Amino acid sequence: MGLGAIVSGSEAQTLELGKKLGRLLKQPTLILLQGDLGAGKTVFARGVARGLGVDPDTPITSPTFTLMNHYRARLDLYHFDLYRLSDPDELIEIGFDDYAHGSGIALVEWPEKLENPETPGLWVHLQRLDDERREIVFSPKGDIDEELLERLRSYVDSNSSISIERV
Amino acid sequence: MIFMLLLALESSCDETAAAVVRDGQQVLSNIIASQVDLHAVYGGVVPELASRRHLEVINPLVEEALTTAGVKQEDLEGVVVTRGPGLVGALLVGVSFAKAYAYALKIPLIGVHHIEGHIQAIQLEERVEYPFLAVAVSGGHTHLFRVDGIGRYRLLGRTVDDAAGEAFDKVAKMMGLGYPGGPIIDKLAGANDDGGIVFPRPMVKKHNFDFSFSGVKTAVLNYLHRLQEPPDETTISQIACAFQTAVVDVITQKSVRAAESEGLNRIVVAGGVACNSGLRTKFAELAVSSGLEIFFPSPLLCADNSAMLAVAGDYYLSSGLFSGLDLNAVSNWPLEQVRCA
Repeated sequence: MGLGAIVSGSEAQTLELGKKLGRLLKQPTLILLQGDLGAGKTVFARGVARGLGVDPDTPITSPTFTLMNHYRARLDLYHFDLYRLSDPDELIEIGFDDYAHGSGIALVEWPEKLENPETPGLWVHLQRLDDERREIVFSPKGDIDEELLERLRSYVDSNSSISIERV
Repeated sequence: MIFMLLLALESSCDETAAAVVRDGQQVLSNIIASQVDLHAVYGGVVPELASRRHLEVINPLVEEALTTAGVKQEDLEGVVVTRGPGLVGALLVGVSFAKAYAYALKIPLIGVHHIEGHIQAIQLEERVEYPFLAVAVSGGHTHLFRVDGIGRYRLLGRTVDDAAGEAFDKVAKMMGLGYPGGPIIDKLAGANDDGGIVFPRPMVKKHNFDFSFSGVKTAVLNYLHRLQEPPDETTISQIACAFQTAVVDVITQKSVRAAESEGLNRIVVAGGVACNSGLRTKFAELAVSSGLEIFFPSPLLCADNSAMLAVAGDYYLSSGLFSGLDLNAVSNWPLEQVRCA
């Protein structure tokens, strides 16, 4: 069951939404972040990192070149960017499964490269509406912490700065 | 004076490189096997492909480096290798080879930081006195360091999101220009016509020395979205020029300010993006107006090569510092944490 579509009015709101999600995470979770270049994936990821309590002096930079950046936090964050992968077999090489189902939060940009749209996890889809606005859709797949979803839903419902267009 | 003949190896990203350097000064050979053609098909570096290709080429490459240098295996007195940062699978190829080689020849081994290599590369061409400001700009880095000597670095500023080289690659990709994006955009920008397009200079007004390039990338994307029709060649060149000018402005202004605030009058620009002609021109102009001395290594030493590692490698080995055979590759390794000797 989805949480509906949210329209974020600015980069700052996208960051805030990521932060909220980061704060709500209590258990190891796989987050799959979809969206084109410039859709705001890294901004959202930065929010999640801050919400998890990554040291504010540590910049959350793009993992495109390193493939994965690891941050220590309340739950450790493994930030992946699969943009450069050409074959899902290569994931085995980088030990992806160990992180994705490990003891921390695995946040994956370009999960299309997994070639499994049904990968269990919290799918977040960001889409550019115009220069400022982004549509953000949360779709939990598989066994996701019900409490997390409930809290995320009530946050979205109660936050007046984010307009909600239920699907 | 200790004379030392070193074999230097580099495999941190998409280039495998082998070099022979005497005394950390004299480059006898410096050979790079690029994988650009291989990765161009995918629009970027493919890590697994990178590791496999490193493995295929490293042996013949070392042979070639020795032959070109006119040096026999048994003349070598040490091995220096990139220990990190980079893709761990790729780094491991160089590190494992270097360990085996050093062990077989019973010569010392030293693992060196990739960025330390880039920053010190200039010393192979001209002596730059310490301290200086190092501007490390590449596909994975946009960092400013105060450099007080080999092994003595203090971070002054860095990118908070994308590296400069990465922004070039992504903008080229948005315009369908191919990989790697830096040289392609540089060439298009060479026409020096931005058609009046102005992109933002993120963080240029902020009183720190950090960078952000994600915003420029998004500005280009928004510009492309607003066009009524697909951009023609002229428009693409104008966008490339405006984008490059914005990136160059931010890098140069922040660098000069950082140098001034640290009381440094020498700037060394290093890394792949140091090949960018717009960046070189702008820094050269600033050198004249600000009275700073600006140094650029030649293009071969800006690229991911391995001769550059020999400056620090020779210094460490000569000081009696070496790595054990338990040396491991590290993908994430802040430069400030390298040994201080």
